[in-house]
Amino acid sequence: MRTREEKVFQVIGHIVMVFLSLSAVIPMILLIMSSITDNDTLIRNGYNFIPEKFSLYAYEYVFKTGNSVIKAYGVSILLTAVGTALSITITTLLAYALSKKSLPGRGVLTFLVFFTMLFNGGLVPTYMNYTTVFGIKDTFLGLLLPNLVTSGFYILLMKSYFMTSIPSEISEAAYIDGASEFQTFSRIAFPLAKPIVATIGLFAGIAYWNDWQNGYVYLTRNTDLYSIQNLLNRMIQNIQYLTQNSGNISNADIGLASIPSVSVRMAMAVIGVLPVLILYPFIQGNFVKGITLGGVKG
Amino acid sequence: MANAQTIHVQKKGKRLLSIKKHLPLYLMALPGLLYLFINNYMPLPGLVLAFKNYNARKGIYGSDWAGFDNFKFLFSTQDAFVITRNTLLYNLAFIILNAVCAIAVAIILSELTHKIKKLYQSVILLPYMISMVIVSYLVFGFLSPESGFINKTILSALNIEPISWYMEKEYWPFILIFVNIWKSIGYNCIIYLSSIIGFDRSYYEAALIDGASKWKQIRYITLPLLKPTIIMLALLSIGRIFYSDFGLFYQVPMNSGALYSVTNTIDTYVYRGLLELGDITLSAAAGFYQSLVGFVLVLTTNLVVRKIDPDSSLF
Repeated sequence: MRTREEKVFQVIGHIVMVFLSLSAVIPMILLIMSSITDNDTLIRNGYNFIPEKFSLYAYEYVFKTGNSVIKAYGVSILLTAVGTALSITITTLLAYALSKKSLPGRGVLTFLVFFTMLFNGGLVPTYMNYTTVFGIKDTFLGLLLPNLVTSGFYILLMKSYFMTSIPSEISEAAYIDGASEFQTFSRIAFPLAKPIVATIGLFAGIAYWNDWQNGYVYLTRNTDLYSIQNLLNRMIQNIQYLTQNSGNISNADIGLASIPSVSVRMAMAVIGVLPVLILYPFIQGNFVKGITLGGVKG
Repeated sequence: MANAQTIHVQKKGKRLLSIKKHLPLYLMALPGLLYLFINNYMPLPGLVLAFKNYNARKGIYGSDWAGFDNFKFLFSTQDAFVITRNTLLYNLAFIILNAVCAIAVAIILSELTHKIKKLYQSVILLPYMISMVIVSYLVFGFLSPESGFINKTILSALNIEPISWYMEKEYWPFILIFVNIWKSIGYNCIIYLSSIIGFDRSYYEAALIDGASKWKQIRYITLPLLKPTIIMLALLSIGRIFYSDFGLFYQVPMNSGALYSVTNTIDTYVYRGLLELGDITLSAAAGFYQSLVGFVLVLTTNLVVRKIDPDSSLF
């Protein structure tokens, strides 16, 4: 049944896709392999795919001396959890209210959400507002607040989901049974909207875990609040940072020479990307759904 | 007369009643609206900073007016040209190359029959999930002058002198374009793939009966059917052509000063002016320029999109 041409196409297709898949993972393999290679070997041979001399010293070093790493991990986890929960809550509530056709002022309010997608004051006015009016510089809010609602687009997406997927008969029946607006939302609308809530939550969660800009802009002195991304960012700029913050004074005396800096760098990056790699197989299906949902306009 | 008044009062009363009835809904909307007010609307008056001689002690509104001096100064520098050129040209390259690559991959994925295509799709999406900071480490693994894989293994095997990658600007347009495609191809191809999957299969069956080759099917069925999606995505990207991915242009080249002429975009310029150089007025002027031109472009492209396909337009 299959023509010769079809077979050729299939073979070429597989070759192209294998090549692309490899190029997607090869940099990560280089990262992981380098992090488990002995530091002196790395200095001699450079980063390599085959560890000539295996060593877990970089990880040992990071966990023994770098309490900043564990703290930064804690900040990242807390930030991702709180940020995602808040983002979902205010997005869903606002979208639900805007989905009610009878709501007076609905048009104006929807336009106010929509306008944020068209026009943006940019970094300077936003920074000035947050630092001078709200004073979020060097606080946890500096990590949390900017871009809490990633885009007005998600609010509008969820609003139209509520309007199309939740039949008004169901909510009307609930009102007749004496349910309040909050009860209707929490018992009926929210459970029905779970798929889209999960998708938008996933996008928000990944955005928070990966975010480094908020910390970079708003945490200038308070490095205690660094997320893992900010710490990594600082690391690649300055390997000395780790010695200064290791909490081990004798270590600083030994100096830079004793730090397995070349391998530690890569070990830190592996630690930073690990949660994404572990969770990826479980979340990618939902992620793909989310892309097709928001796709064209996202 | 009296009648009209009662009706008026009744109407007013009805509206009040309606607002009261909807009070729970307003309460639900409040956190989100409050947030958008703080994050998106409150900063807007701060745009006047671009027309001020900023003095930190006097604050934004107390500072003296500078008229268009900040803009005159900005556009008299080489920087204004460089950041505009870089932002536009990189985005243009991204729009074209990302579309070509993503469409090619989407077509291949749609035609492959083996189950393994799901795996391919997941694997090429992986780079999209990784933060730009990690990406800069990945790139560093290859390009580090002292220990990078390219200098230490590939170039030394070929007996070529090592290259100080972070000092030589001629390579960076290619590196940045490559990294951008690498990171976003999985995402972009899903959008095209989802539209290909939705095509009517009977076109292909008819073509098969007529003995049309695979290439002919792609050329005469798939691509023409994809045309609206391609145009729409291109137009929407053109609407955002004045904005760049700050992480890509700041992190990946490691903020290396030697590379600024090919890596500086409007976003990195604004950031550096505000937080590294302390040149807030110039930064504000560049930001204002970006917001304004960006707004005009979004409106214009949307008008065009609405002409072509009202369903895809933003408004």
